Amino acid sequence: MEKTYNNKAWFLVLPVLVLVAFSAVIPLMTVVNYSVQDTFGNNVFFWAGTEWFEQVLTSSRFHGALIRSLSFSLVILAIQIPLGIFVALNMPRKGIGVPICLVLMALPLLIPWNVVGTIWQVFGRGDIGLLGYTLRTLGISYNYATDPWHAWITVVVMDVWHWTSLVVLLCYAGLVSIPDAYYQAAKIDGASRWSVFRYIQLPKMNRVLLIAVLLRFMDSFMIYTEPFVVTGGGPGSATNFLSIDLVKMAIGQFDLGPAAAMSIVYFLIILALSWVFYTVMTNYDTANR
Amino acid sequence: MARIELDHIRHAYMANPQSADDYALKEVHHQWSDGGAYALLGPSGCGKTTLLNIISGLLKPSEGQIRFNGTDVTNLSTEERNIAQVFQFPVVYDTMTVFDNLAFPLRNRGLPEADVKKRVTETLEMLDLSDRANKRARGLTADQKQKISLGRGLVRRDVNAILFDEPLTVIDPHLKWVLRSELKKLHRRFGFTMVYVTHDQTEALTFADKVVVMYEGEIVQIGTPDELFRKPAHTFVGYFIGSPGMNIVPIKLDQGRARLGEHVIDMPGATPMPGKMELGIRPEFVTLGREGMPVSISKVEDIGRHRIVRAQLADHDIAVVVPEDGDIPADPRVTFVPEGINLYADSRRVETRG
Repeated sequence: MEKTYNNKAWFLVLPVLVLVAFSAVIPLMTVVNYSVQDTFGNNVFFWAGTEWFEQVLTSSRFHGALIRSLSFSLVILAIQIPLGIFVALNMPRKGIGVPICLVLMALPLLIPWNVVGTIWQVFGRGDIGLLGYTLRTLGISYNYATDPWHAWITVVVMDVWHWTSLVVLLCYAGLVSIPDAYYQAAKIDGASRWSVFRYIQLPKMNRVLLIAVLLRFMDSFMIYTEPFVVTGGGPGSATNFLSIDLVKMAIGQFDLGPAAAMSIVYFLIILALSWVFYTVMTNYDTANR
Repeated sequence: MARIELDHIRHAYMANPQSADDYALKEVHHQWSDGGAYALLGPSGCGKTTLLNIISGLLKPSEGQIRFNGTDVTNLSTEERNIAQVFQFPVVYDTMTVFDNLAFPLRNRGLPEADVKKRVTETLEMLDLSDRANKRARGLTADQKQKISLGRGLVRRDVNAILFDEPLTVIDPHLKWVLRSELKKLHRRFGFTMVYVTHDQTEALTFADKVVVMYEGEIVQIGTPDELFRKPAHTFVGYFIGSPGMNIVPIKLDQGRARLGEHVIDMPGATPMPGKMELGIRPEFVTLGREGMPVSISKVEDIGRHRIVRAQLADHDIAVVVPEDGDIPADPRVTFVPEGINLYADSRRVETRG
């Protein structure tokens, strides 16, 4: 179709531009401001150039937090995506079980993040927590406050508990939209259970899986509240993810310059990785056309 | 290919059917010959899909037995019955190529790859899809996808029957014709037993050797298109097939003649019988002229090759087909062509041999 060009059309996007400017661009600009200046308070600023960026990018503290965050996201995706698909495949398609399963699945998603953190913080405690106490009585020494591995496992399990249902619900939505005729045809063609999954269910879930991977990656890469409540980034810096480190730097140490520079680097990393995921998955999609 | 025997089959979707009305499919007892092309025709909810699902094995009938070539298959699964089915919407495996789509049912059955290649190549040729063999199936048009669905059945040479569940619903009108004639050609060449469900009479009449007309869970007539046109066994068949449908008017029957209001129509061989009597005559067999029973014309529809005159005869609506150049007199009267008259007692056709 022939496109019509009319510059008046710009007026139609103006409201959105204004809205985005106030909600995102202008706040982001203040961060940019801080990232290239130094201050000793009293609103006196000195030009710092790229100093903060260099400092952040070369600091081993930042590298450590980045690696921790990336590993956490990878572990989360590696567990939640297959587990979500598996649970969705085994959920009932009709009958009374459907609403029951859906409500049960939605429950963890409805709980505020800090409450989730508190639940697990208490749950895992050796003196009063159900999980911690049981493990201790069984003779397993479990203490997320002193053992880095235990802290990691606790945070991962907590996130799996909290967010797998999102993947499940997305996959379930993708699955129920597959017409019955596909399953009947597969039966007639003599397809095995695995073939049905590989050639019908997985391709039809492609789009919702893309959304699930993107959401789960972004959320887990930015995770803050739950591990902060449970471990506070410890023991040592074992669960000191990027977001926790950033808050420590900005609020705890009041290093606004480096914190602002880190925010921008952090933002660009998320943007870049999301873009990579998106292009890889949509390319895979179109390559099949 | 197989002969399909439906032995006293009934089906109800509820657990404990009490009366005949509880059955979605009332008793069906027929034998469909090997290599026949049958069309199941009827309005929505008449039980035609139920019957198809019973044949394909997706549904187990509440009562009765279904046999392929004399072997009881009532309790066999769809896969074990070895049938092929084409659905309303094209079912293709999106991520596979056209070739792999057709090879899928063979590979699942563990056929050696050399045989798979040979058969798929043959089938692709039959369907005129050879040039697309290595393309992804999802990029194809609806009619090509539907051909692939069909191909997955054709590729298995030993299938007992190929079932079609309104396969042309999503196909563009001008391609429906093409696809239907290709289907017919394939049938003539390879002699598959085909069962084709549709609610479109044109599709049914052009596709099938035998049309099975269903109405309210019953098979009301099985016949060639010509039989359905000339001798509809049930008033529903008369009304459902033909455009416009058959004129049905209530009559009183005397010895050798019928009374329609104050008019008398000669019916040699007819004898009075109990029940509701009706006379059916197709609009094509009604002649409009200056003689016969007076009618009042309410509307004339010009549909190109001929005109359809809607009129009132003794307070009953009737339709008359008049040739494009035929004249419509100011004092219109109609006569019925005797060969076109059918007699119905309680909606079912009565043979009148005089």
